[in-house]
Amino acid sequence: MSILHTVNKSPFEKNNLESCLRYAKPGSAVLLIEDGIYAALKETRFEEEMTSAMKELNFFCLEADIKARGFSATKIIEGIKMVDYAGFVDLTVEYDKVQAWL
Amino acid sequence: MIKKCLYVNRRAPYGTSYALEAIDAVLIGSAFDQDISLLFIDDGLFQLKKDQDTADVEMKNFSPAYRAYDMYDVEKIYVSKEAMAARGLKKRDLIIDVEVLSDSKIKDLMDEHDVIFSF
Amino acid sequence: MKFVIQVNEGPYQHQTADSAYQFTRAALAGGHEVLRIFFYHDGVNNGTRLTSPPQDDRNVVNRWSSLAAEHDLDLVICVAAAQRRGILDESEMNRLDKDAHNLAPGFRISGLGQLIEGVVMADRLVVFGD
Repeated sequence: MSILHTVNKSPFEKNNLESCLRYAKPGSAVLLIEDGIYAALKETRFEEEMTSAMKELNFFCLEADIKARGFSATKIIEGIKMVDYAGFVDLTVEYDKVQAWL
Repeated sequence: MIKKCLYVNRRAPYGTSYALEAIDAVLIGSAFDQDISLLFIDDGLFQLKKDQDTADVEMKNFSPAYRAYDMYDVEKIYVSKEAMAARGLKKRDLIIDVEVLSDSKIKDLMDEHDVIFSF
Repeated sequence: MKFVIQVNEGPYQHQTADSAYQFTRAALAGGHEVLRIFFYHDGVNNGTRLTSPPQDDRNVVNRWSSLAAEHDLDLVICVAAAQRRGILDESEMNRLDKDAHNLAPGFRISGLGQLIEGVVMADRLVVFGD
């Protein structure tokens, strides 16, 4: 079984992403939504950790939340795929279940 | 149909109401004959701390509800070893008996369940 | 796929209700079934018809009501959480001896059992919260 993990809080604000990465198994997916998208940005103090985590986990971010916060694809760490809400739905179907890191 | 349902608790009690309302959800879930497990990680561990005295904050002390869990056949209660250590807690500090799991066992636990509730 | 969506926060304070709404729309557009949307914790505040947001911003409550009408959705407000926060239908108003009710169109008030029952029947539970 593999899990789609959703993280909606900024890593600068809360430890939701940290906990998610502690427990996410290789082959599972992490979707960053809402304020969670800040973890997807290049040149933050989380970039190295994210790049390392990407070796085992599939990372996605919600484009609508990226754009809302004034960023674009050029500012996203390479390898993190942007999806729209339809893509979000597809991910919930593709993976066996969803775990929301609230 | 029986599903394996995992209720994940990550938040401390009283500062927010998620802990209290999670208890309601667990108890109702138990009435539906589902295969229930509870996981306490991060600050969720603090929900299980003994000796909660809420007299001066004038909020309801709901921690006795955890002791009622086994009357409702909610017996699979797991806590994170790492979270306990990070918070200076020992099993004897907790209001109920729990099984302490390592990170890798917790990953397996999440994998094994059909549905994961988050509050 | 059959979805149950859980909404844990009220309108405006968090993006929760917005994300849940957009996800629901996308799921429906993708041909999936949304069995139930269950509002818990402060999420019950999505069900008051007394909000008056500014005209130039989205109307979260009305959006739910319209989506429910358009797609025959089951929007369920948890009774226990609603009692704590003052969201009532007419029957709750009478039962609790209050002088008003405020439930928005398209919503119904019911117990946590509706969440569990929904999850048993559904293929996926997607939780939105803080």
